Amino acid sequence: MTPSSDLRTAALLGQYELDPARHHELLDARGELRAHWRHFMTGIERGGAAQMRHRLDLVARQIRENGVTYNVYADAKGTDRPWELDLLPQILEADEWQALAAGVAQRARLLDAVLADLYGPQTLLADGLLPPELIFGHDNFLWPCQGIVPPGGRHLHLYAVDLARAPDGRWWVVADRTQAPSGAGYAAENRQIISRAFPEPFRDLRVQDIGGFFRTLQTTLQRLAPAAAGETPLGVLLTPGRFNETYFEHVYLARLLGMPLVEGQDLIVRADTVFMKTLDGLRRVHAILRRVDDDYCDPLELRGDSALGVPGLLAAVRAGRVLVANALGSGVLESPGLFGFLPAVCERVLGEALRLPSVATWWCGEPPVCAEALTELHRLVVKPAFPSRRSEPLFGPELGRARLAELRARIAQAPGHWVAQELVQLSQAPVWQRQHARMPIVPRAISLRAYAVATADGGYQVMPGALSRIAARAGARVVSMQRGGGSKDTWVLAPARIAGAEPPQQRPLGARDIVRHDDFLPSRLIENLFWVGRYAERSEDTTRLLRVVLSRYVETGGGAATPALAAALDTCRHLELIAAGRPVREALLAAVVDDAAPNSLAQVLGGLLWSASQVRGRLSQENWRGLMEIQREAQALARERADLGETLDLLNRVLLATSALAGFAFDDMTRDDGWRFLVVGRRIERLQFVADVTAWLLRHRPRSDPATLEWLLELADSIITYRMRYVSAPQAIPALDLIVCDPANPHSVVFQARELARELQTLDARFDSACAERFAAVADRLDGCDLAALEDSLFGDELRDEAARAIAGLLEDAAATAREVSDELALRHFAHVDVSRPIVSA
Amino acid sequence: MNARPLPRRTAARYRIVHETEYRYSSSVSVSRQAMHLAPRACARQRTLGHRLTIDPLPTYRQECVDCFGNPLTRIEIDHPHRALLVVAESEVTITARGDLRDPADSPAWEAVAEHHAYHAGRAPDAAVLEACRFRADSPFVRAGAELIDFAQPYFAAGTPLLVAVRRLMHAIHRQFRFDTEATQIATPLLEVLARRRGVCQDFAHLMIGCLRALGLPARYVSGYLLTAPPPGQPRLIGADASHAWVSVHCPRNGWIDFDPTNDVLPDLGHVTIAWGRDFGDVSPLRGVILGGGAHELDVRVTVLPLS
Repeated sequence: MTPSSDLRTAALLGQYELDPARHHELLDARGELRAHWRHFMTGIERGGAAQMRHRLDLVARQIRENGVTYNVYADAKGTDRPWELDLLPQILEADEWQALAAGVAQRARLLDAVLADLYGPQTLLADGLLPPELIFGHDNFLWPCQGIVPPGGRHLHLYAVDLARAPDGRWWVVADRTQAPSGAGYAAENRQIISRAFPEPFRDLRVQDIGGFFRTLQTTLQRLAPAAAGETPLGVLLTPGRFNETYFEHVYLARLLGMPLVEGQDLIVRADTVFMKTLDGLRRVHAILRRVDDDYCDPLELRGDSALGVPGLLAAVRAGRVLVANALGSGVLESPGLFGFLPAVCERVLGEALRLPSVATWWCGEPPVCAEALTELHRLVVKPAFPSRRSEPLFGPELGRARLAELRARIAQAPGHWVAQELVQLSQAPVWQRQHARMPIVPRAISLRAYAVATADGGYQVMPGALSRIAARAGARVVSMQRGGGSKDTWVLAPARIAGAEPPQQRPLGARDIVRHDDFLPSRLIENLFWVGRYAERSEDTTRLLRVVLSRYVETGGGAATPALAAALDTCRHLELIAAGRPVREALLAAVVDDAAPNSLAQVLGGLLWSASQVRGRLSQENWRGLMEIQREAQALARERADLGETLDLLNRVLLATSALAGFAFDDMTRDDGWRFLVVGRRIERLQFVADVTAWLLRHRPRSDPATLEWLLELADSIITYRMRYVSAPQAIPALDLIVCDPANPHSVVFQARELARELQTLDARFDSACAERFAAVADRLDGCDLAALEDSLFGDELRDEAARAIAGLLEDAAATAREVSDELALRHFAHVDVSRPIVSA
Repeated sequence: MNARPLPRRTAARYRIVHETEYRYSSSVSVSRQAMHLAPRACARQRTLGHRLTIDPLPTYRQECVDCFGNPLTRIEIDHPHRALLVVAESEVTITARGDLRDPADSPAWEAVAEHHAYHAGRAPDAAVLEACRFRADSPFVRAGAELIDFAQPYFAAGTPLLVAVRRLMHAIHRQFRFDTEATQIATPLLEVLARRRGVCQDFAHLMIGCLRALGLPARYVSGYLLTAPPPGQPRLIGADASHAWVSVHCPRNGWIDFDPTNDVLPDLGHVTIAWGRDFGDVSPLRGVILGGGAHELDVRVTVLPLS
């Protein structure tokens, strides 16, 4: 059956197969557009193919530029994958939504009350309303949390529910997300992108704003956080780290909610109080919005093998000194086994009928229920009752007789571990396929993840929007981002009686609200910013050196090396960039592309990207874009290549990208401690590099020819200045003056020393250290450097070489100072960044 | 711990010294520990005295009761130290177990499993609800088909619970070798089952796993065992060790202990410290440290009978 052609949209829907056994979001049973879609579809049709292409590009570009990603665990490299976002929104009408939202809010209230009971008096168990096995057998029922009453009695602060629409048009609950629901941040990001792609229909249809949801989350955490009177509560977002599948969302949410993004090792518990480690010392944390699973939150009392949690967190929670959202142990309600019990529990706990129906589910732990499920198995889907047993759902209709019998036997061995569930024929949403330009709209299975947030007055507020997820393939039974599905923005239309929804205004900030100091930088972040600075500079330096060598090598055509090339190659060997004894061509290529070779460009870029990814939350959009550019080049690097010309071209592009990054860092970042350490890292690295290479040349090639001096100037990015000043082939004294002693050249050694002295002064004053004066002393000695001694003299080359060695000595001291101060900074400010280890004695 | 049972008396009194010493290769800056080292008061056991000495002195120390009702001490040391010494000294009296009625007189094991099973709308009594805490899987004990296969021969249809449990205990004692080299903490049950060797902890976990797989509530008991020195030799100080055994819930008799390592029903020679679902709930010392490098651990336990 194909849709009827009541509109010109027929062309767009030429490929749309109208499966009569399913509900269609876009079309009714007769194949006509549903009323709430008409305006949107007419708009698309009028805009024509070109406008849609333009919109597609806009969406793709924003996803790329914002760095929206999703990690796939099964991916061998664990790399980020761009977020899949369909161009067309899911559109829901006001009345339908209102009923659905009331159901979601009720379910949140119910589950919150159930948690309070399970971790409190357990009357639901004592009265036989819930089976103890479903609770006590769940890995997220945390025994040590028994008896803890969280601040305000609230367990569930953020709740999500997965909903599917059956062929009859009703929404059914497929899963509850109660411990650390993901996706709300993606919903906000989707909204930002899609509303920009369709500004007119978005305004005309009066789509409800979802910003209020996040403000409520902020307010609730702030109100419930156990802060002393007059104290501003500090909330943090606790992430398992960048390898988590939804790390992008953690970064995004942390920014949206204005909370520092921290990992377990950024927090420490002292005397039942949680603190964040910052450069200025420990800072009390009052609220933790966690994205770490229940049992990983505290290696002392929960899973001992967890490196993600905070030792002692549970003691702080027990003492009522910190709010954890959601409360520890709330994951126990993530079990489809509970579905069948909820209607009676709702009557008992809330005295109301349960509004949202759950998908029909048989928990096999009860013998008569199990018997029924076993006879119906061929048409049901079988899932573990406890989601921590990561086993895939098994679809009865897909199993043959033999495998069904096998499954029955498996269930009989531990019946309480299994549920059987009715298969939902998911409703179909329209999806835009780029590759079918003429008839681009096809149906895909869709499910909805709706969100509720606790309000300070004890109720729940439902986000008027959702994360809609769509299946990757036509006819797919399940919808999963892990399996390559995509997502949609979800537009909930405003009720007719309400005027067009304006986003609520924020409280206007006055002069008294001005904040100029960011107190909340975890020291781990600062350490990584320091390394971003060092690696960024090291990438530039390595690239420049390799470019020098490769270009000279290409010029000789593989013939005998000129003295300049020989000196450059020896410099590379001195820096252990190329291995001694290896054929030059091979060694050079390895120094560029081999990420296993120590100090190779590939390895340095890897270090840069790694440390940058650790501080992703702190980097500006431009910085991040610059890094993405570098990552693209790094990936290009990894491809097989034997052509030296191509390699040179690549080096040029890497240099362009890394210097662009440097520009962003200097111009775009706020001058806070993070920025200061980044700059210090960069200057220390540059000082070391220029001083080290120059000193080595002075010692081993004291009478360098102009061609050697030329590349030395090129390494220090000073060749253009030199040419402007001297208009001649490079000579030793002016060249050394420019790259060692000139206080105005931003690449000179003395410039680095002066700048370091200046930046470190601020830190010295605060931490009672003495790093600045060490660099000031280096700069003073360099100022006293006597280049005249290098002039031709009557006393011959011997004396001149000795003078060169003296300057080399000065430079070596400068480099050593840089190394020592780097270690000192690390010890003083980062060394407490240490991973705690669990120990159990027999 | 392997040992010979002692001749039967009606009561016993012990002094127990349990020393735990960590030496670290580099300085530990922060240490937090949760310790189960104080004997739990229970029907046949009374604590006459208990003292816990910790060196260095903790910055923070808290005495509490854990979620299973065991005494628990939490400490925090947040100044640098290179060693941690914990000395627990306890004195307890134990009265003899009243003679079990004929084990054959206990209900059929299926009836006991059924007694603890859930039935919609049927409210379980307090003892059953309490027993259900110890009937589901726990981190160190995951029931599985292999455990059912191992236990099945001793649980023929209609066998009285205590008879069947005793047979299971015999079987473990007979078929498994006590071997301190064989396992570490957290050796997976299936590995223990396959290699047929382990220590008291493994045997207790194995037996608990078998019982739970059959739907029976079973808990892990940690404590000490009085060992008899080899004939003609004096009792050595520090030669004893922590011990572990199993307790099974029978609706008629309450909780009954079984020691699969020694194939005995614990009586005057077993001193109870704590119980939980498995070792993880009751480990004597569980901690997290910052720094420390490599560490050496020394545990010395002495159980001295007092007249």
